[in-house]
Order: sequence, then structure tokens, then C-alpha cells
Amino acid sequence: MGVYSTAVGDALRLLVSGSSEVYDIIWLSLQVSGTATLLACLVGIPIGYFLGISRFAGRGALIVLVNTAMGLPPVVVGLFVYMALSRSGPLGFMEILFTPPAMIIAQVMLATPLIAGVSTAAVASVSRELRIQVRALGASRLQEAIAVLKESRRGIFAAVIAGFGGVISEVGAVSMVGGAIQGATMVMTTAIQFDVRRGQFGLAMSWAMVLIGIVIVVNVVLTTMQNSGVTYER
Amino acid sequence: MSDSGTNSAPRVVGRDLTVVYHKRTVLDVGSVTIPAGKTYALLGSSGAGKSTLMRVLGMLERPSTGTVTFDDEVLDAGSLSTRRRIAAVFQKPHLMRGTVEDNVAYGLKLRGIHRDERARRVREQLERMGIPGWEKRSALTLSGGEAQRVALARALVLQPDLLLLDEPLSYLDPLLRRQLTVEFGELLANQHLTTLYVTHDRDEAVQVADHLGVMRDGQIVAEGAPDEVLALPSDVWVAEFLDAEMPSVGIVEQNDGGVLRIRCAGETAVLAEGELPVGEECIFGVRPEDIALSPVNGGTHRLGYNQLEARIIELRPNGSMVSVRLAAPGLRLGAAAARSTVRALGLCEGQPVMAEFAAGAVVTRKSPNSSSVS
Repeated sequence: MGVYSTAVGDALRLLVSGSSEVYDIIWLSLQVSGTATLLACLVGIPIGYFLGISRFAGRGALIVLVNTAMGLPPVVVGLFVYMALSRSGPLGFMEILFTPPAMIIAQVMLATPLIAGVSTAAVASVSRELRIQVRALGASRLQEAIAVLKESRRGIFAAVIAGFGGVISEVGAVSMVGGAIQGATMVMTTAIQFDVRRGQFGLAMSWAMVLIGIVIVVNVVLTTMQNSGVTYER
Repeated sequence: MSDSGTNSAPRVVGRDLTVVYHKRTVLDVGSVTIPAGKTYALLGSSGAGKSTLMRVLGMLERPSTGTVTFDDEVLDAGSLSTRRRIAAVFQKPHLMRGTVEDNVAYGLKLRGIHRDERARRVREQLERMGIPGWEKRSALTLSGGEAQRVALARALVLQPDLLLLDEPLSYLDPLLRRQLTVEFGELLANQHLTTLYVTHDRDEAVQVADHLGVMRDGQIVAEGAPDEVLALPSDVWVAEFLDAEMPSVGIVEQNDGGVLRIRCAGETAVLAEGELPVGEECIFGVRPEDIALSPVNGGTHRLGYNQLEARIIELRPNGSMVSVRLAAPGLRLGAAAARSTVRALGLCEGQPVMAEFAAGAVVTRKSPNSSSVS
């Protein structure tokens, strides 16, 4: 057990030391995963809304596709993005491989199916009667969508939580397209991997604690938002 | 009346309306008219197509074919301004967390009406409905009946050209339902709104309706004033559904200033009010609730009243009442008797009884088989 207590002690010392390197890595992690989650919401929630309320041939196949994509291994997504952004790839001209934008792209691809899939289920659970009621009171399509999303907000926030949790904690995609370059693309998960390889368990533990702390804080904020706001109760 | 600028309730007409789901026709209505400012009750069992017809007339669903007009103006289901001329109340009130004012003002807010104006209109609407001062009550603390009143206020505050009520009382307990049926009926009559009221409850429909339609398998199979539909069912299914008897056939043998004497095939004579000429073959019937039962030779003769001796051929409990089927020579009648009456008179099948009803309660119509011109 000594290895754990030593590591925890080292981690606490490191966190209170105010080292800019530590806080740069935390900040970059939040920037990359926060931006990726936001972008994934912009794409995934509308997809979830559309799949949740629409009835058309092929809808079932699309939902299966989205649900399958929810289980994509990050390292596979990282591989596809790496190939696309490499010099010989179709997006090689952008020259963003091993930069934070490349990491954001990879994480958007990971988070979007998660958010779309959970949102689809959340929107589909809103009763058709409620949608008709809102429409029958004169709601435009946008107003109806807002009302439905508000009503399904618990599921939507669950989707956001799942999306953010999925990308902040993944290592396969960001290490492949970001390269874990110290001072440039190193984020908390790649830092843990890097420090463990160097035998720096205290440092690795500090990232793990911060990572868990951030996930807890973000979840508390999102869960609070999840439980507030307008809802149809009866 | 409405925010779209119409000043009086329109006449709403649907023509050649069909709705097809997965190659199955669930609605097929050649023509339906809701008279301006009147309440049209659509009655039918579950799955008859009532709610589908309501959604189509209310622009909430596009029909596969057909048109809906407001005073001859053809409506476009895709137009938001058209939809905003209509408001609806459904089985569940679907109230939001918040105050009564938040809920009643919801449709006004969707229309971008200023907060002060919203508050004024909500206050006035609640006063009109006899529930002033409810503005700040939490919607979550309302009882079922109160919640449905608020849902109705939320629709009425929009001053719609067409009000849709889709089984608005079906979730309530029987007592509250009876109370609110009366309350809603009076409210609708006072507001002179063109209203479509969908229900599967015969008594509720009759209470609120100026006009009654009966649906079956996506079609309107009977239509007219409630008295007419109940007294002259168009076919056996409608008669059974309405718990009424099929109309009887007779010949007008006397017309004394609008009081007819109709002779049935079995020589029974019935007094009725109407304008049919002497010699005309007609069909006639009486609403079950307009027939009183008394012991044979026990009633007192009253002018303008029919007193017919009939035999009870069936007694069937029907909620708080008992449906009594009666047969006289050439005549079938259906009566609705209170359980206490059945007990007091000791009614049983096969027993003779006096059926009493006013001449004014007899609904007559020229027989469809009649060749004479009235």
C-alpha cells in the first residue's frame, strides 16, 4: 500500500506547488475536451432530435449506426483522423496533425455518436401528445423543438455528461493525433501514460486525481442544470 | 377574435378528408361542417378516427387528401399563422412546472405578446372562467379538475377561431367529470366559439353539443342535432352505440296545427310535433331519456302526451341507469330508467308498462322510402 500513499502525497504536493506546467496541462485538457463536447453537442443534439421525433424508412438503420458508433474504440477513431490529417491524407493540407485542433477533431468524432445516441432516446421518450399540445398552442417548429428538448433535458444532459466524460478520459485518440508533446499537446490522460512509463507514479497520480476531480465537478454542474428549468409535470 | 385578426367565429368545413397510414385508410370523411360559433361533438369508440379527424381539422396533421376551410378560406396545414388560429385541450392538461399564469400565458408568449399584455389577458380569462386570483398558484398543486380548467383557460385566452377539445375530461373521476361537463358546456355556449369536442362518452357529448357526429371505422355514420341523432339512429350499430332504439315507421294520419298523429303498422298511434303532411310515410323516434315509465293504468293523462302500453323486452344495467327496451304493436322504444324507478315499479322482462313521453319529444322525419313530396 506504500506505493499508493507515497503517490497521493506526491500528487498533493505537486498540485499545491502552483507549477505552471501542471496547470497548462489541465487547462489544455479542458480546452480540448470542452470544445470537442460543445461541437459534438451542436451536431449530436440536432441529430438526436431528428431521429427521436421523425418516422421514416431507414430510421431504425440510422439509429443502429449511431449506437454502433457510440462503441467505437478511441484508438480506431484516432487512426482514421491520423490518416486523414497525415501529409498524404485528404486533409493533410491543413497541417494540423500533432496540434490541439487535431485532438479536438478526433474527440468530436468520439463524442458526437455518444451525444446523438443518448439524445435520440431522450427525445423519443417525450410523448407525442405533448408535442401535439405544444404545436396546438401555436408553437413554431423551433419553439416546438425547444419545448421538446426542455422536456427531455434530463436525457440531453446525460448525453452531454456521457460525451464529456468519454472524451476527457480517453487516451487512444488524443495520443495518436496529438502525439503527447510536452508543452504542446500533452493532456492529462497522455500525461498519466507518460509519467507511468517514466516510473513517476506521484505525478501520474496527481493527474488521475485532478481528472477525477474535474469529472466530478463537471458532473455536479451538469446534474444541477439537469434538475432545473421548465418541465411538463402533469 | 384571434391574433390573426378574424372578428367572428368561422364556419369550419372539411371536405373529402382521408388519412392513410401504411396503406390503411384510417379516416374517410366526405364532408363535415362545424357551424359558426357552435359546438360539434364527435362521438365514437376508441380507434374510430375521432382524434385523427380532430387533428386534421385542427391543422395538426396533414390529410392524405381533402381540404379544410374556415368560411370558405382554404387552410394550409403548413402555415404557422393558420395553426395559430386554432387552440386545443387534450386528455392530459400537460401543465408546465410554474404558476398558473405561466401556463395560461404560454401560447401568448409563443406569439411574442408583451409581458404586460399577457398578464392582463390571463387575468381577464381567469375572471371569465370564474377562477380569478389563481395566477400565482403553482401548477403542481392543482387537482385534476383544476388543472384541466387551467388547460382550457390556456386555450381560450388565445381567442381561437377553432377550439379543439380532445376528451378533455376523460382522466377525471366520474363526479368531477359530470360537474365539469356542465361547466364546460355553459362556458362554450357563452363564448360562441366554433368548437370541436371529441369524446367517447355519449352523455358528455349530448350535454355540450349543438351538433353531434358519430364515427365508426374512420367514417361519420350519423350526424345532426343531438335530439335527432339519438332519436333517429341511422343504423343498428349507431342505435346500439347510443343505447337507443331504431326509428319506427308510420303514416301521418292527422296534422292538427303542427301536432301530428302517426299511425304505426301495428295500429299504435303516436302524437308528435312536426310539419309533415297527412298521408306521408315517416320515421320517428324518441330519446331514451325523454320516456318515463309508470305502471299500466297508473299514469295520469296529460294533453299533448303519449301514453302507450308496451311490454319490456330487455332490461340492461347501464352505469347508474338501466336501459329498458320496450315493444308495442308496430313500435319499438328505448327508455333510460333510474335504478330506483326499476325497483319501485318492480320492472322485469315481459312485464307490461306505460311509456309516457311528450309529443314534443318525438322526432320525425320523412321516410327515405316515401314517394310523396312533402
